[in-house]
Amino acid sequence: MDYTNLRRQIISMKKSLFDQGYLDEQFNQLEELQDDSSPNFVDEVVALFFKDSSRLLTNIEQALEKYPQDFYRLDSLVYQFKGSGSSIGALRMKNECSMFKAHCNDRNLEGYRTLDDSSSIPASHSLLEQLHLIPWLTQMPPVTPEDEEGACHSEAEAGDIFSCKHKHQIKGPVST
Amino acid sequence: MALADATAFPYGLRVLVVDDDPTWLKILEKMLRKCSYDVTTCGLASIALQILRERRNKFDIVISDVNMPDMDGFKLLELIGLEMDLPVIMMSIDGETSRVMKGVQHGACDYLLKPVRMKELRNIWQHVYRKKMHEVKEIEGNDSCDDLQIFRNGVEGFDERGLFMRADSDTMRKRKDMDKDHADQDSSDGATVKKARVVWSVDLHQKFVNAVNQIGFDKVGPKKILDLMNIPGLTRENVASHLQKYRLYLSRLQKQNEERIMGAARQDFSHKGPSDNLNLRSSFQEQPGNLSNGFQHSSQKIQAQINIPDPHLDDTKTSVPLKVPDKNGTSVSDAVDPQNMTSASPLSGVFSFERMPVNQDRKLSETMILECQSWSGSVPPKQFMQYPKHNHERCDLLGDYSCLPKPDLEHPIAPGHLYAPPPVISMSCSVEGDVRDFSDVKPDLLGCMKSLSPALTCTVESVSAQLSDSVVTSTNSDQKFSSVEGLSSIKDCDFDQERNQATLLTSEEASIICGTDLTCLHDELSGYQLQGVSFGNIGLSSIDLFQCNDAMALPGLHNNWYDDVEFSSETMEFPLLDGGLFA
Repeated sequence: MDYTNLRRQIISMKKSLFDQGYLDEQFNQLEELQDDSSPNFVDEVVALFFKDSSRLLTNIEQALEKYPQDFYRLDSLVYQFKGSGSSIGALRMKNECSMFKAHCNDRNLEGYRTLDDSSSIPASHSLLEQLHLIPWLTQMPPVTPEDEEGACHSEAEAGDIFSCKHKHQIKGPVST
Repeated sequence: MALADATAFPYGLRVLVVDDDPTWLKILEKMLRKCSYDVTTCGLASIALQILRERRNKFDIVISDVNMPDMDGFKLLELIGLEMDLPVIMMSIDGETSRVMKGVQHGACDYLLKPVRMKELRNIWQHVYRKKMHEVKEIEGNDSCDDLQIFRNGVEGFDERGLFMRADSDTMRKRKDMDKDHADQDSSDGATVKKARVVWSVDLHQKFVNAVNQIGFDKVGPKKILDLMNIPGLTRENVASHLQKYRLYLSRLQKQNEERIMGAARQDFSHKGPSDNLNLRSSFQEQPGNLSNGFQHSSQKIQAQINIPDPHLDDTKTSVPLKVPDKNGTSVSDAVDPQNMTSASPLSGVFSFERMPVNQDRKLSETMILECQSWSGSVPPKQFMQYPKHNHERCDLLGDYSCLPKPDLEHPIAPGHLYAPPPVISMSCSVEGDVRDFSDVKPDLLGCMKSLSPALTCTVESVSAQLSDSVVTSTNSDQKFSSVEGLSSIKDCDFDQERNQATLLTSEEASIICGTDLTCLHDELSGYQLQGVSFGNIGLSSIDLFQCNDAMALPGLHNNWYDDVEFSSETMEFPLLDGGLFA
């Protein structure tokens, strides 16, 4: 069973998330916390994060739609959202939230919204759903020489994680 | 957990983590477990309080987030410090200096910034240890520099007197008034002579205030007070530290008072009824974070006082913390109107506060306090007086109650419920007679009381009995709060009550539904507006309250407030989560 390519893909994806500033070192901390007693720790935390932040996001979107806009509430919601994002190291999300809060303080969300069709925060959030793939990294067995020799996956096949015949247990919500 | 073994000290440290963010809760739990700590998690501040009350001696330290939907983290911080005197660490993603300052002012022993690192959590044991050492020093009440002497003398006179001063120089730490029988609390520390901190009893504080008033607030000095009080066994240091706290407390009240005046609108208080309590409760309840720390603090104290008896109903003499004003070491004489302090009697001292120009809302509280005191006179003073005292001190800012008559507060109270009733009764009574008609405060207070602890059951009962001829007409004698301590159960009770009789319940349940935070939101300012809105509507529904709240939109009142509205709908989520996360 050759997980090499899968691993590589995931590793590079993870790296890009870090490089692009979506993730920061907090995520590494989470990975360090994972151990034998909680082998799926990162995955569980990420899943929990997405579940909770979806709720928060919904609230934010609802609050955004209200007119006149309730800045206090928005500010508070975004604050929670920011805190939530900080838990897994969602750096970009945190920064977006900070900007959003600043706009809330100015009572002016108009300029902010034009940055994106939808609110920037949901946009960042959806991008972060790539994070769901990262736990794969920790769940896959380490690449061993045997794996590399006995590759049972073609390169092309291995390129598509989701269609991998040797399906791995998907523990977190996966966006396709 | 015994800390006798110094070498094994950090391990097994019992930590309670409170955070509304489930992700963080999980992460923190994992981190703390990795530190070999014994972790309990909690997603709601109210539940956390419940846990702490039920398992009072089972935790060494509490870590709490600052922003939580049901209760402001600072409020929780104060309550914990008050009732359980545990070290509390605050956490937040917001590291602004003002917030950190606020945390420190409220008594946090540390303030961590999220994301929290493992290494930061590893060291939290130092706060526990430091606190224990500090307590040892304070037991004797001697100068803190002489630790050896404390160890030597600490235990000897303790059993005899049962009156120990805690020379607590930590301004924000409330002192718990614990009976010496309570010595078993945290007494497992083998190296120390930690005992129950029997501090200023009602009697003693009354004497203290008497002495202060007699001397003249401007001229007080520990020696003079000591001489006047003439209590054997009381040391000058005891008095000095108590005086310091008193001053701080008063100055803080003063500050709060000033803030209050800012936006308080004069409402028509013609409505007599639960709304009074509502208002009062807001005053007494935890205040929103945006209020001055002092005020928040004092209100916390009051609440804490009320709460404390719960777990110790059998021990009527204990755990009635005298809410000595904890302030930041500033001289109160400047802050407090001297004339207010010059009355000779405790009651008069309270009355003197009345003269202070404050918002009506505050005056109401004062009135109540006054009544508390007068009433408490008819009851074993020890337990009761503390509350009124505290209220009194806290209410000095509130305003003048000069025209408040003192209703007859004779009310037999079961020993087990000594603590709760006084404040409630007094408040309602005073409201009654008050020209200003602070009737709306009563339900608030009652509500908050109820939400605080089962002991409130008695309180409410007694209140209702007292209030038979007063504003609160509800006969809450069948309060169902006896079993209620947590948020959810209180909610149920409230709802039941609502059916029975509107007045008190509505406001109470509303407050309860929203968590104590709602009451805290009912700042004086909000309270006023609320009154205006709810007037004529004895049956304040929780919805009304929400609406009122929204209408207020007071500047500075944000996060928690709005979270409250959402909170009730989200409440359902948490219990499940909590159940899962409870260690």
